[in-house]
Amino acid sequence: MPKHDVAVVGIGQTKFRSKRRDVNIPEMIYEAVRMALDDANLEIKDIDALLIGNMDHFEGINFSELWTGIDACGFYLKPIVKIATGGTTGSSLGICGYYNIASGIYDKVLVVGWEKLNEGGATTGIITAFDPVWERPSLAGALGPLALMANIYASKYGVERSMKAAADVVVKNRSNAANNEFAHLQMPNITTDFVMSSQMISYPLRLHDCCPQSEGACAMIYANENEAKKITDNPAWFKGVSTAHYYTFGCDDIMYNLPTATIASKHIYKKVGIKDPVKDLDVAEIYEPTSWSELAWCEALGFCDFGQYAKLLDDGVTQMGGELPVNPSGGVLSTNPIGATALVRFAEAAIQIMGRGGKRQVPDAEVAMGMGFGGSLWTELCILGKDPKPLR
Amino acid sequence: MDKVAIVGVAQTKYEAEKIDQTYMELTFEVVKKLHNQLGITNDDVGSVITGSNDFNDGRTIANMAVQDGVGSVRKSESRVSGDSAFAYVYAAMRVLSGEYDTVLVVSHSKCSDGDQFLINNSIFDPFYQRHLGLDQISAAGLMANMYMSKYGITEEQAAKVVAKNRKNALMNPFAHLQKEISVDDVLKSPMLAYPLKELDFPPFSDGAVAMLLTNEKNAKKFTDNPVWLKGYGSCTDAYYFGHRTMTDLIALELASKEAYKMAGITDPIKQLDVCEISENFSTHELMIYEGLGFCGKGEGGKFMDSGETQMSGNIPVNPSGGILSTNVAMANGLIRIAEIALQLMGKAEKRQVADAKTGLVYGMNGICSQGNCVLIFGGD
Repeated sequence: MPKHDVAVVGIGQTKFRSKRRDVNIPEMIYEAVRMALDDANLEIKDIDALLIGNMDHFEGINFSELWTGIDACGFYLKPIVKIATGGTTGSSLGICGYYNIASGIYDKVLVVGWEKLNEGGATTGIITAFDPVWERPSLAGALGPLALMANIYASKYGVERSMKAAADVVVKNRSNAANNEFAHLQMPNITTDFVMSSQMISYPLRLHDCCPQSEGACAMIYANENEAKKITDNPAWFKGVSTAHYYTFGCDDIMYNLPTATIASKHIYKKVGIKDPVKDLDVAEIYEPTSWSELAWCEALGFCDFGQYAKLLDDGVTQMGGELPVNPSGGVLSTNPIGATALVRFAEAAIQIMGRGGKRQVPDAEVAMGMGFGGSLWTELCILGKDPKPLR
Repeated sequence: MDKVAIVGVAQTKYEAEKIDQTYMELTFEVVKKLHNQLGITNDDVGSVITGSNDFNDGRTIANMAVQDGVGSVRKSESRVSGDSAFAYVYAAMRVLSGEYDTVLVVSHSKCSDGDQFLINNSIFDPFYQRHLGLDQISAAGLMANMYMSKYGITEEQAAKVVAKNRKNALMNPFAHLQKEISVDDVLKSPMLAYPLKELDFPPFSDGAVAMLLTNEKNAKKFTDNPVWLKGYGSCTDAYYFGHRTMTDLIALELASKEAYKMAGITDPIKQLDVCEISENFSTHELMIYEGLGFCGKGEGGKFMDSGETQMSGNIPVNPSGGILSTNVAMANGLIRIAEIALQLMGKAEKRQVADAKTGLVYGMNGICSQGNCVLIFGGD
């Protein structure tokens, strides 16, 4: 058990779009920060420290926290720390915030993830993540490795069945996104045919199997048990966090089924007392950069046996109204502001617990999981609930 | 506050160009050294925090490149982007939370692999400031010029800092520059950014550093001399120089006050036995003396003249030789912590300050002390 319980007491997110030409970077970030502060009815002076992150190379700004922390978040003469771990940046920030409070060092912290990809180049940045000698020629950018993983998945579990399931994921998530005012791609009338006839990007990934590139920011305010009481009577409590990292070289091991999701989820399920995730969790916000990822990730998270996610989809288990709705927000397939993406998963999980999801609310959600994915196949998880206690 | 201990540290030899080792190999060297020294295996490490920066490493998600080296496969690792003093703080939080018994902290940089002027130039605003050619050198010149002219600090006083630190480095087998220089050598070196000359600045170095943190319950399993965190303060100054008081490190003043309060320090000169600070240029160290309250505002030069911060003085500053002797970019903060840990464990060998019981570390982020982290450590 941590020394202090950690609660989410305020949330803000911008509207996510491919181009936010109406705002510059600090204005965009402040939009989310202001919303989170108003949500918690707090001012900057009330918050002890700021944790902020994006990916440096994407916008080409070194030590971006020293600029955005001051000029966008207003944390002048306060502690500012930057966490940057690629796709997991948002979840690494979310988890770092947890330890800032759990350790007793701070009582209240602001956690901010952001990205303005139209002012830089995500793929240019991602290419340099890979080893210059061994990996860059074959695994450049994000799509190469993800297509490779999808390909292995398809050949293992049946090409046609997997392609159809992948398209079903896109239809589910993009139509869920239509219920989320913040989501970038809102497609209420999308069909599997539309997805399966879209342009081939990198076999077997078609255009609509891939996440978009979004601009936006997400901000969350955390507080310990004493402070949380003063701020709201309806916080979302952390029941646990978990991270699993992996080899430097993505191809050093089988990679299609995300072994880190299995390691991290076993750890957090044990900590939180979850026996059957489909029964015990009420909602999950997972980080699916492609449609195929949702198939493999959910299997690795233990929602079903390997190769069986298509059946879960067919049975409607992960649809809105199912036993375990996955990505009511529309997920990463609908919205992907990289440094904020994983923090949006944590925020959306908290929104569900607080019962503030509006049209995307899962009724009576009491236990929610948020997931981050990134780096060389890393997984980060949080489980939030109505109280900080384990289920059993 | 609950207790968090440093129980072991390991460093590489710091050099200008470690052409035979990749980032990952550098981290592996220090982690393996630490394992051997403590008699542990990777299974004894609960979680890992690294400190690095993508611009310095020339790689996005630079911590991807060190997973195998730091042994975080199938474990939790996270990366603080920036100076590794902040990475230490995150690692300490993980121990203090009670969720991990042991946390490994690792930081590396290879300054030889990148153009440090371009890397530092990209910290500045892309529209208004980068074109001016601002980097860590020209910015330091601006700051030093304002500081020296406001308070009447002399170039000799600044040069004394360099002579002190470079002399101390002779006693540190890990230090990069190990050649004694005189005040005269500094004054006669070529002008780089008025009023600062070539020898007022640090070198660029390659290397890595690692340490293991644990809680009170487990500390004695690893060592008889754990080093405890006693105080912590952090504070960030404004981004644009025009918004800052360039003659005084006000954010450092606030951070040190907070750390002193937590550690119960009312008279730093009497209560602190040794300091390791991130001095990025000669006059910076004088400004840091003032920020840490060792002397009044504008008295940094006089304080240097007093000899108090020499190895023989009451409060030796940078027995390791400091950054003016070894500048490993993002690893600098963790190197300062490692050196203070060695001092308080009594393992600093030839650079040992006699009877060192309480030590201070100053870590810095960005240009000219924008991000500040002050840590106070105590021996048993």
